[in-house]
Amino acid sequence: MTLQALTYIVVGLSFVLYIGIAIWSRAHNTGDFYIAGRGVSPIANGMATAADWMSAASFISMAGLIAFLGYDGSVYLMGWTGGYVLLALLLAPYLRKFGKFTVPEFIAERYYSKTARIVAVICLIFISFTYVAGQMRGVGIVFSRFLEVDVTVGLLIGMGVVFVYAVLGGMKGITYTQVAQYCVLIFAYTVPAVFIAIQITGNPIPQLAFGSEVADTGTALLDKLDDIVTSLGFNQYTSGTKSRIDVFCITMALMVGTAGLPHVIVRFFTVPKVRDARLSAGYALLFIAILYTTAPAVGSMARYNLINTIQPGEVGSADGNLAYDERPGWLDTWQQTGLVRFDDRNGDGRIQYYNDANPDFAPQAADYGWEGNELSVDRDIMVLANPEIAGLPNWVIALVAAGGIAAALSTAAGLLLVISAAVSHDLIKGIFVPHISERHELLASRVAAAFAIAVAGYLGFDPPGWVAQVVAFAFGLAAASLFPVILLGIFFKRVNKQGAIAGMLTGLLFTYGYIEYFKGLFLKWMGSPWGENVAEHWLFGISPEGIGVVGMGLNFVVAISVSHLTPPPPERIQHLVEHIRVPRHFDEDHA
Amino acid sequence: MHTKNRLAYWRANLRLVAICLAIWFVCSYGFGVLFVEQLNHVRFGGFQLGFWFAQQGSIYIFVALIFFYAWRMNRMDKKYDVHED
Repeated sequence: MTLQALTYIVVGLSFVLYIGIAIWSRAHNTGDFYIAGRGVSPIANGMATAADWMSAASFISMAGLIAFLGYDGSVYLMGWTGGYVLLALLLAPYLRKFGKFTVPEFIAERYYSKTARIVAVICLIFISFTYVAGQMRGVGIVFSRFLEVDVTVGLLIGMGVVFVYAVLGGMKGITYTQVAQYCVLIFAYTVPAVFIAIQITGNPIPQLAFGSEVADTGTALLDKLDDIVTSLGFNQYTSGTKSRIDVFCITMALMVGTAGLPHVIVRFFTVPKVRDARLSAGYALLFIAILYTTAPAVGSMARYNLINTIQPGEVGSADGNLAYDERPGWLDTWQQTGLVRFDDRNGDGRIQYYNDANPDFAPQAADYGWEGNELSVDRDIMVLANPEIAGLPNWVIALVAAGGIAAALSTAAGLLLVISAAVSHDLIKGIFVPHISERHELLASRVAAAFAIAVAGYLGFDPPGWVAQVVAFAFGLAAASLFPVILLGIFFKRVNKQGAIAGMLTGLLFTYGYIEYFKGLFLKWMGSPWGENVAEHWLFGISPEGIGVVGMGLNFVVAISVSHLTPPPPERIQHLVEHIRVPRHFDEDHA
Repeated sequence: MHTKNRLAYWRANLRLVAICLAIWFVCSYGFGVLFVEQLNHVRFGGFQLGFWFAQQGSIYIFVALIFFYAWRMNRMDKKYDVHED
């Protein structure tokens, strides 16, 4: 059977599975639609959260990103896992005890304010659309690479599948499809990793192979990698180039941003009890950690594999580089997709791959007779082409395609659901039509979900500049706007309506303004960004990706100061806060 | 008495959160970012220790921390008689 036919079958079967689950777990009321009727077990919720969380970027791009960044890639590894500790310890149990449907709803009740609710909805919609556009793009790309259809066709198929189970099943449908999607994606990620680990080090567990010796050499993989990359003019793999403060701030912004992302928080509304919310966060991170500890191992092994293939002999010797005529088959396949490009600049018929942007290495390269780097490699290839590079059978390649699609669809569905809930529950029921019937609200949420899918599809089809800034924009805004007011709402009774609104707006506007200034998001059509995006111009040396931390700090300071200058919240709010702090009431409360 | 109990429960919770977050901070920002170069002089199998914390160790510790917190809180809920069911 050809690879393409096999891929169609595997991906098609996975779709049948998702849609089957959606029909089995249809939503019957708004409770089902928004929070799966609060009946999801902690382990199932852990898997669903993991699939919700791990996007096309985690699955396809992260290992490659780390392969090229080395130590600097750690910001993503720590940043996208450490936030779950904040969630489990600071937010999830209390929000579950609060026991409502959406994040803006908590903000509205805790701060007794419709204005606060609207500000929260605006933050939520910006964050979620930024994020979802990238997912739709991811679906289109995976389709076009593996099924050889147009990106637009791929996008439409993806939208269709999400439409069926998100609109039909709501949170209930999404939850159980995400459980299935987690299983598909984690299997698809770890199988090639295990094979590559065995090939390179003889140790089948990627996390251990990462720190093992390369077979038959007696040298540790990472030491060998440091040696080879520096001999080609690259930066050492195990040390970074980013400044300490920037690494610190990006990691912090990603962690806090994770804890402030509405589609992640809302997953903890679906479990039956407060203690399930705590435990479920543990399972979620455990399931996420399986991929996140494998990714850096894959990254280092893939980088080693790549360089070893291109540079089989001594660096600088006449026959040290791979002759183009002897290239492996995958190089051809992936050259057709444009992910790998070769240009024989010095006309010697061999491939030179080195860092030609390093001025210190230039004299040496000239001495070798090299006239520039000849091979450009897209980072996504590190995961997508891994099975081929490792010579694995076709069914593994088909599985990787299904895994990439599962990762993108599961995240997209989770995001679309929080958008639709924000529209139907927070805007329509919460503000404009308070007396809407249950049946009409359910209908409104379905229409909102369908509309959100259409907008997301359009953004994925023709992405405006701002959707490419997921890391800076979505995480930065979540860290600077939502996280602080939720945290203060639970831990500081004195923080009031005025403080929360002022804090959210400060965090939102400061962070948005800083990113706009250096990256140019919405105002790009007026010309290039205002500020040159280089370290010398940054505030305290913090890049736009890490600035959410400063926005968060400002939010805290403003919210607390303004609260102390204005009247304290009413008594019932003090009771509400005391109520959410304990899993069950003390006996006096029942009296 | 009851209000006192409630305060005691909340204080005990805050103490546990503070301890867990201190570990969280030291293992990621401390070992993985601020003191990574010093720790990299220490070998841990085929790893430099600082690098291992940044790309592996911190994640394992995060997972363990959440399960530890969930376990301790369950015990604390029972002790202060605020557990569910």
